[in-house]
Amino acid sequence: MDSVITLAGVGLTYPGPPPVSALRDVDLDVRQGDYLAVVGPSGSGKSTFLNVVGLLDRPTHGTYLLDGVDVSTLSERDRTALRGQRIGFVFQAFHLMPYRTATENVALATLYAGVPKKVRISTAHEALARVGLAHRAHALTNMLSGGERQRVAIARAILHRPSLLLCDEPTGNLDSDNAASVLTLLDQLHRDGMTLMVITHDSTVASRAKRLVTIRDGALC
Amino acid sequence: MLIAPSRFRLGDVIEESVAGLLQRPMRSALTMLGTMLGVGSFVAVLGLTATAGGQIDKRFTELAATEVTVADVGVAGANDPTMSFPANAASRVESINGVVHGGRWWPVPLDHPAVSSAPGISSHGGELQILAMDPSTVEAARPVLRLGRTFDTFHADRHEKVAVLGSVAASNLGIYRLDGNPAVFIDGTPFTVIGIIDDTGRMPDMLFGVIIPASTAYDLYGPPTEQRAQMLLETRLGAASVVADQVSLALRPDAPDLFKVTAAPDPKALRSKIGGDLDVLFLTLASISLIIGAIGIANTTLVAVLERTHEIGLRRALGARPRHIAAQFLTESTVLGLLGGMIGAAAGITVVVIAALVQGWTPLLQTWAVAPAPVAGALIGLLAGVYPAQRAARIEPVEALRR
Repeated sequence: MDSVITLAGVGLTYPGPPPVSALRDVDLDVRQGDYLAVVGPSGSGKSTFLNVVGLLDRPTHGTYLLDGVDVSTLSERDRTALRGQRIGFVFQAFHLMPYRTATENVALATLYAGVPKKVRISTAHEALARVGLAHRAHALTNMLSGGERQRVAIARAILHRPSLLLCDEPTGNLDSDNAASVLTLLDQLHRDGMTLMVITHDSTVASRAKRLVTIRDGALC
Repeated sequence: MLIAPSRFRLGDVIEESVAGLLQRPMRSALTMLGTMLGVGSFVAVLGLTATAGGQIDKRFTELAATEVTVADVGVAGANDPTMSFPANAASRVESINGVVHGGRWWPVPLDHPAVSSAPGISSHGGELQILAMDPSTVEAARPVLRLGRTFDTFHADRHEKVAVLGSVAASNLGIYRLDGNPAVFIDGTPFTVIGIIDDTGRMPDMLFGVIIPASTAYDLYGPPTEQRAQMLLETRLGAASVVADQVSLALRPDAPDLFKVTAAPDPKALRSKIGGDLDVLFLTLASISLIIGAIGIANTTLVAVLERTHEIGLRRALGARPRHIAAQFLTESTVLGLLGGMIGAAAGITVVVIAALVQGWTPLLQTWAVAPAPVAGALIGLLAGVYPAQRAARIEPVEALRR
């Protein structure tokens, strides 16, 4: 199977003084359909790792291939476009826009790809159906429960069929019932062939993944 | 590999901006208030000025524009009993190019004269004024005759004792017909009534008066004393100010300073004078209001940027470039300004219409004062949004998405 992401000797050092190595010498290969969990205590460099993989931050050394494209040398404009097109983000805090419907929130995913509104709305309805929220499509997000909100966020993240679904503590703000439903949804997406990377410090979340990578002091082990 | 760059369609920009504003409808409305007040005051002030100006134009008839009056001020300081106007004053002014009619007039210096329609009756109607006029003065006043005729140079040259009555004076004296050659007796002296004036274009006082030729009055009663003589001139349209410059010299080349000449003010000058004083004040206030409105929009947009850091981070994660973020916030502030401008213009128009209605005037609004109002509002919003938009564009997604 094809590699979705390939990290080779990737590191990120914040210029000092004193210089801080937030990420050092990371080698990782994630293949299509993988379900990978990255675990580590807080302060271990999980967030930096997520930012680098999610193209939100640029590594200072090493090479990073996303779908075979060396993104470490790309311009900021291309990185931004690639991020929008190839990566789906799921955040702990959901980051949904209040006072707007679930559909509008989901349809935002392809806004910056220039997809016409009608298409965005209809694909948003499909994505919401896929996460089991077809009946809540027109509800304002501030009226939804935590679990529903995270599922809307997941619908937004998968709308544009990303190469990689990047989840940052997806159950961190949820009670155990809602957390379980979200994890079930992730399992289901995995079965459908989605490539998933879940960054967490929660062992129950990590246990669902097929691969487990631990990060400590900015290094994978 | 070619990567399709991120884009943000214009329709989407507007939709996202409006949605952003509707998230906080009350705040958006209050933010618009400053711009609304500013633009509204501008439209109202300009509209009210135009309306008042239009009203002046309407009242400023041809009659007023063709009038020149000359006052005999005499020798300054001295109680000068002599009349400064020469006897041939009327022919002198009528030789000026542009003068249609013109002549002297003064109230005859009689202390409570007895005026009656028959000898022996003491007085009728109380306060009847006896006016001495050159024949051309009567013409210049544009009389509308009910009966008979006015006196002419023949009567004046022969110092005839004739009189023309104003309509009020005639009815007070009980004179309604001329076929019996009626006369009025002024302190016993008979004057043949040759005409009755129904109405005048100028000098409505004439309707209450008994008008006798100036030459006759001068013979009988001497020069005017308490109220000095004046001249009334009718000019051709547009000639008033040119005529006014020449009158004094034409009358008395030796002593032009004896007269004070007043021409009808230029209607344009009058209008701009009325506009000038208040406009400056109100337009200054409106400008201040606009500046405050701009600051209000800038402030609210900046607060919104800081409040919506997460949203900005999310949009950046979804592929928005910094310029897309800037465009969204710029559009939000511009839409706020535009709406403020439109509502303000509507409010300004309403004020003008109501004010005109109350005064019974015709409301007048210049297109150039109203049409650009929404554009001006939008421009203010755009300018106000520049700094907040820059701030929003500089927000790093990594920072914005931090929990």
